[in-house]
Amino acid sequence: MTALDRVTGYRPQQRHLPMLATLSLLVGAYVYGASQYTAFGSGQVVFNLFINYSWLLVVAVGMTFVILTGGIDLSVGSVVALSTVLSAELLGERGWPAPVVIVVVLAVGLLLGTGMGALIHYFEIQPFIATLVGLFFARGLCLTISTEAPSIDNAFFTTVAQTQVPLPGDSHVSISVLIALAVVGLAAYLLHHTRFGRTVYAVGGSESSAVLMGLKVARTKVSVYALSGFCSALGGLLLVFYKLSGDPLSAIGTELDAIAAVVIGGTILSGGSGYVLGTVLGVLVLGMIQTLIDFDGTLSSWWTKIVIGGLLFAFIVLQRVIARR
Amino acid sequence: MTKHRLFWPVAALLALLLVDLVAKPSFFKIELRDGHLYGSLIDILRLGAPLILVGIGMTLVVATRGIDLSVGSVVAISGALACLHLSGLPDQDAVGGTVAAIGMALGLCLALGAWNGFLVSVLGIQPIIATLILMVAGRGIAQLITDGQIITITSAPFRALGSGYLFLLPVSILIAMAVFVLSTLLVRKSALGLLLEAVGGNPEAGRLSGLRSGRLTWLVYVFAGLCAGVAGLMIAANTPGADANHAGLWIELDAILALTIGGTKLTGGRFSLGGTVIGALLIQTLTTTVYTLGIPDTATLLVKALVVLLVCLVQSPVFRARVRRRRRPPVSPAEPARAVEVSA
Repeated sequence: MTALDRVTGYRPQQRHLPMLATLSLLVGAYVYGASQYTAFGSGQVVFNLFINYSWLLVVAVGMTFVILTGGIDLSVGSVVALSTVLSAELLGERGWPAPVVIVVVLAVGLLLGTGMGALIHYFEIQPFIATLVGLFFARGLCLTISTEAPSIDNAFFTTVAQTQVPLPGDSHVSISVLIALAVVGLAAYLLHHTRFGRTVYAVGGSESSAVLMGLKVARTKVSVYALSGFCSALGGLLLVFYKLSGDPLSAIGTELDAIAAVVIGGTILSGGSGYVLGTVLGVLVLGMIQTLIDFDGTLSSWWTKIVIGGLLFAFIVLQRVIARR
Repeated sequence: MTKHRLFWPVAALLALLLVDLVAKPSFFKIELRDGHLYGSLIDILRLGAPLILVGIGMTLVVATRGIDLSVGSVVAISGALACLHLSGLPDQDAVGGTVAAIGMALGLCLALGAWNGFLVSVLGIQPIIATLILMVAGRGIAQLITDGQIITITSAPFRALGSGYLFLLPVSILIAMAVFVLSTLLVRKSALGLLLEAVGGNPEAGRLSGLRSGRLTWLVYVFAGLCAGVAGLMIAANTPGADANHAGLWIELDAILALTIGGTKLTGGRFSLGGTVIGALLIQTLTTTVYTLGIPDTATLLVKALVVLLVCLVQSPVFRARVRRRRRPPVSPAEPARAVEVSA
């Protein structure tokens, strides 16, 4: 078998098809952009996608775990906002040192996520409702802490925000991008190389079968919501690094973007099938659409939503077609 | 009595009203002013009407084991289209033009509901994702209609939908009640309700017994779209104007909360339209109570989260069983096995 045969004879696995479709869409959008606008062709446009959306990437990775178990987490946007507000409050008003603030913010996210997970598993409250309570609760906390959006001038935070990591080809990324990529790597390792990851897929495939197999369903279900809460808090910190302010009204609707990214990335909402890498591609597609609309300059911002809606439709129909074959 | 499915929602509503009574007796004062009733309770009815409408539509969707996340966007689209048409009229007070605006908006909402129904029943897409499409794209469409602006209107006949009165009562609550009575009669006095519960309770059994679930599914999404459309008109009439960004924001979540509080399970099957109305009134009373008690309105969401959590916990059979067990220690040694079965 020559190398050529191997290339022409390649048939992707069915479960990889949605992800490959997303990848080709991403490449297609980039090539289209590069052919229309000269500045688009530079590698920095791609790196900017990562810089602008590193926070959403981390949030969407957490959401991927939840959706893989067949659940949903509506609270992520509010937890992101809570992290930004908490950072601003603790750093600015209280003058706490940066490392302590970071630990507190992450702990709050973890705690909220664990609480919602416990409600869902131990009291059998539907994920939709439990995380909806989380959405209202976290957003309510934000507004109770502060109704303003103070900027953050802590030395550590500004340093992290402004440091540029140079890359070959005159490009650069931010430290947030490195953190986000580390989270993606860790998440992929967790999902594919640990017992926890296998259990996540098993619970999503069929919870009752997983229980009968003697898997640790309780611990896994609570863990994915805890993980999602933690990722949202970390995403909030990355948003702070990006904007250097804490806004109680930021990140409204982030849960929709995260869910859309996960679905466009090929994860099935009923659980049991999907990849973290797909979610990365999903976030990049959302970012690419926004970038294309920004470059065009004549299209209004609402076209982003309409295009994302259209894409969601296309990908869901694609998944149906694959599933029916 | 505590066994009745509406006991806990009604108890919660009464408890909330009791808090109001203690904190501010004038809360219950209703007087006749300008030829109609006036007071906090009337305001709750008037402002709660859109949520009741959306909730009724959502309840029937949920009964078929579906969900409609797009209602908030449909609310925005409906208001946007009606206001756009009204603002272009030479005389906004003309009844003909107002009726045309309402007709256009509701027509579009019927089409949007049919689109959701098509995705769910014909393409067989999971309801939560199928309606997510319109939820995301719908706000964009509403902004497209208003061109990103807030369209204000002055039309008196249109504004009556939101703040008008008829027979002493707000027009909006009369419309909501009419829809409630009609839909209750329709689902309880005909086989429709039974069929809906059959589709949601066990779709496969329904199919085997010769039920055409596709058509029913289609019907409930169209109905939910229509309800959301009317609610959108009320919200626009009350503003008065169209705000594509904020009109109906989170109303889908409130509606789902309302029906959950009212005892309808998101897993389909049995449903209670009366419970949804009580749930919606509870949510509206909560909002009004927070204002009445002088709690800063920034805390509204926090209070709402806690109350909803409490109501959901009280309704959760597992939670009730645990509380009971704690109060009367080891009565049945066989029972605790349930909690450990999975965590072991």
